[in-house]
Amino acid sequence: MNDVFSLREMSRALADGQVSSLELTQDHLARVKEVDSRLNSFITLTEETAIAHATAADTLRGQGDKRPTLGLPMAHKDIFCTEGTLTTAGSKMLSNFVAPYDATVVTKMADAGMVSVGKTNMDEFAMGSSNENSYFGPVTNPWDTDRVPGGSSGGSAAAVAAGLVAGATGTDTGGSIRQPAALCGITGLKPTYGRVSRFGMIAFASSLDQAGPMTRNAEDAALMLSVMAGFDPKDSTSANRDDAWLADVLHHGIAELERPAVIGLPDQYYENSGNQESLAEARQELEKLGHTFKSVSLPHTDAAIPVYYVLASAEASTNLSRYDGVRYGHRCENPTSLQDLYERSREEGFGDEVKRRILTGTYTLSVGYFDAYYLKAQKIRRLIAQDFDKAFADVDLLLTPTSPTPAFHKGQLTDDPVAMYQQDLYTVPTSLAGLPAMSIPCGFSQGLPMGMQLIAPAFREDLALGLAAQFQRHTDWHLKRPGEIN
Amino acid sequence: MSWEAVIGLEIHVQLATRSKIFSGASTAYGASPNAQACNIDLGLPGVLPVLNEQAVEMAVRFGLAIGAQINLHSIFDRKNYFYADLPKGYQISQFETPIVGEGSITITPETGSPRTVGITRAHLEEDAGKSIHDLYSGQTAIDLNRTGTPLLEVVSEPDMRTAQEASAYFRQIHTLARYIGICDGNLAEGSMRCDANVSVRPSGLAEFGERTEIKNINSFRFVEQAIEHEIARQIDVLESGGKIHRETRLYDPDKDETRSMRSKELSNDYRYFPDPDLMPLNISEEFVAQVRGTLPELPHARCQRYCDDLGLPAGDAETISSDIDRATYFDQTIEAGASPKQAANWLMGELSAYLNRHATDIADSPVTPTQMAQLIQRIEDGTLSSKTAKTLFDALWEAGADNSAGTQVDALIDSLNLAQVSDDGALTQIIDDLITANPKQFEELRGGKDKMLGFFVGQVMKATQGKANPQQVNEIIRSKL
Repeated sequence: MNDVFSLREMSRALADGQVSSLELTQDHLARVKEVDSRLNSFITLTEETAIAHATAADTLRGQGDKRPTLGLPMAHKDIFCTEGTLTTAGSKMLSNFVAPYDATVVTKMADAGMVSVGKTNMDEFAMGSSNENSYFGPVTNPWDTDRVPGGSSGGSAAAVAAGLVAGATGTDTGGSIRQPAALCGITGLKPTYGRVSRFGMIAFASSLDQAGPMTRNAEDAALMLSVMAGFDPKDSTSANRDDAWLADVLHHGIAELERPAVIGLPDQYYENSGNQESLAEARQELEKLGHTFKSVSLPHTDAAIPVYYVLASAEASTNLSRYDGVRYGHRCENPTSLQDLYERSREEGFGDEVKRRILTGTYTLSVGYFDAYYLKAQKIRRLIAQDFDKAFADVDLLLTPTSPTPAFHKGQLTDDPVAMYQQDLYTVPTSLAGLPAMSIPCGFSQGLPMGMQLIAPAFREDLALGLAAQFQRHTDWHLKRPGEIN
Repeated sequence: MSWEAVIGLEIHVQLATRSKIFSGASTAYGASPNAQACNIDLGLPGVLPVLNEQAVEMAVRFGLAIGAQINLHSIFDRKNYFYADLPKGYQISQFETPIVGEGSITITPETGSPRTVGITRAHLEEDAGKSIHDLYSGQTAIDLNRTGTPLLEVVSEPDMRTAQEASAYFRQIHTLARYIGICDGNLAEGSMRCDANVSVRPSGLAEFGERTEIKNINSFRFVEQAIEHEIARQIDVLESGGKIHRETRLYDPDKDETRSMRSKELSNDYRYFPDPDLMPLNISEEFVAQVRGTLPELPHARCQRYCDDLGLPAGDAETISSDIDRATYFDQTIEAGASPKQAANWLMGELSAYLNRHATDIADSPVTPTQMAQLIQRIEDGTLSSKTAKTLFDALWEAGADNSAGTQVDALIDSLNLAQVSDDGALTQIIDDLITANPKQFEELRGGKDKMLGFFVGQVMKATQGKANPQQVNEIIRSKL
């Protein structure tokens, strides 16, 4: 069976009556069933509801509903609460948790008529860069079955790369959309912090978590973003904005850039990258399109990884306190006391990486360490954000590698958490600054896809999308598919 | 050696918002367990808090009422600890930057003179749920209905020196909170609870002794008893050569004792940090001004006005102004035309007695302020005697809510035939007849035996079934001498 079309292609086929949503959805489900035993990119298939939603979408279309998103199959990262469906966040702790409500993102996609075929695998509580931290087993990279897909949205990335779905939601705290997108050769967008509601998205680090689309190309990313984005009164950190381009993109696609872009190349991102060759090629392509480059400096880049791991772990340590075995989720057998209930439920329910971060975060928030770690990290976070502000005074966008290496082997970094953390080297600074950034395919290294990262000023996803769409009209990296993985 | 106690209170004022501080669930008291705990209160994965603006407004009201600085920028923090009735594993509170800064309040202890108690701060926070340990043997039941109920924690300076002062302060905060409409004041339902920090030191010493904290006191009486007891316990310990340990103690009102709950040295590190799910709370000067505009006249100012402008005795003014509903009733009675002194007497006398007897709140009084004012006016214009006025009051009370129209007071006087006989001719006739019938007594009166005046007035009252205007009767008799 061939892999699926892009979202836009399916949208046109649906509009032309060439195919029904039910047919598309059944094809998707069949393909997942055929292939996913080898990828492990899904935790749950929601076949029944998918069929029901697809049928409902076809009925609406028959009644004249012409919305471009109506009936499009997709998948949700298993971090979004979905009413009546298992929602695990990749953790044993929530391996029995059926959410009683829908995340705002889930509601918005459903309201737009999109059909979720299932919930994708992920690193436990979105903590990881290889998808090896899932209680439900590691995900395989479709390009090389010995390699990881990246993380934490590795299930979504692998599913899109393998053509199981054309679009999937992901979440990105320090690179969890962009790094797996790069490692799997797909397009992934982390929107500006506040662009997409976090309500119903299981929290890792609240001040950094942001949901976004993972797709095969920029056009599909824009389509999904236009559905996912928007102010949500249920999320106090969501931005109350009215960006006309977000609505336009839904019906008319990504607009051409008004003028060639001045693209900044941050010195600090090019010092040790193993991605020079493919990036150089991409730059030549962009130059041919009339864009110009300028060297910029982001002097606090070095501090980003430690700052990120202090802050993200601090927030995670308290965000994960609610998993105590009392009301839902994993509970130990025969607790002898409340303390015993807490200790064993959490000992058994959380994996090593989650425990590592809870411990780190608890430590950095403790009396006597708070100033030296948490407060200091907050101050440096501000400096990192200021670096970007200064750079954007001179340039429209920044171009950087997405990850230091292509997909690495399973097990290669599992014993070295600090080396694993370096995977986030290029993605973490933008997360700390709350800026939008996307990764798009830009070439291959050792037969493995490489990604480049486009970073835009706050709420200017349109610039990154515009440049990415133009690049993708002139290149075919995003059209490359992994070999047969059956 | 003589000892002096140093007392500070932390009062948790449950704000009377319709919904919870960070969720839309109802705050109504008495629902079946866990019926009012929504996904957010339950701390489900993925839920987020959204601040209730009404709670913010109420906090600002309180701040303005105690003359405090309102912090236009304040921050919500997470206070982290594990407990079964704390669903998120942290409580959202305000730690370093509370919404209300320093203020003060004047208290009048039952003994002693009025004094000012400093208030360090007041901050917004969410309440936890309830753990019920004695419902099922060997198990604890959790009710999360209270989870997320908005609290304003009012922290006093260690300005109080006796249990009576502490109790007066608690009362005053209670009065004020009810006055400004931020709390229903129902202590039995836990709407106001306090923790007391108590230490003792040798009299005259400036530095504080080690303190203990008594948790969760929910009545005026208990606060006094608990502190009284704790002061005595600490003095005992110190006088027998012991040391006070920093600890949390629980007051048991049945045994009238406090006992140790946990040592402070082993206490939690709460790992406070700003809650990343909530933006810093920024309020505008305009908002504060707008809230200021809606504040009622406060107890102290009202009491002052009753004394200075209306000429009430200090005690009456204090009693009436100490309760917003009583003061409102009083003001409405005055506005409807009653004289302040008469209104005060009736309010604290007959009305108060009836309200107590029928366990009725003054706000629900069957006798309305308008009726009360008319009743008083009919006394003052001589229509009613104090005796018939009481009969009328009783009739008004019985008629209850049916009797809301003002004219019905006069109608009732007529139908009950309560009006005094004030007709000169009729009274003169009765008096003339009495003088004729009792010449000896009249001669004695004429001879200066004033006691005989009472005899004649009594006889007139008897003849008129108590409806004669006593003053008029006096005048007529005197004119005959």
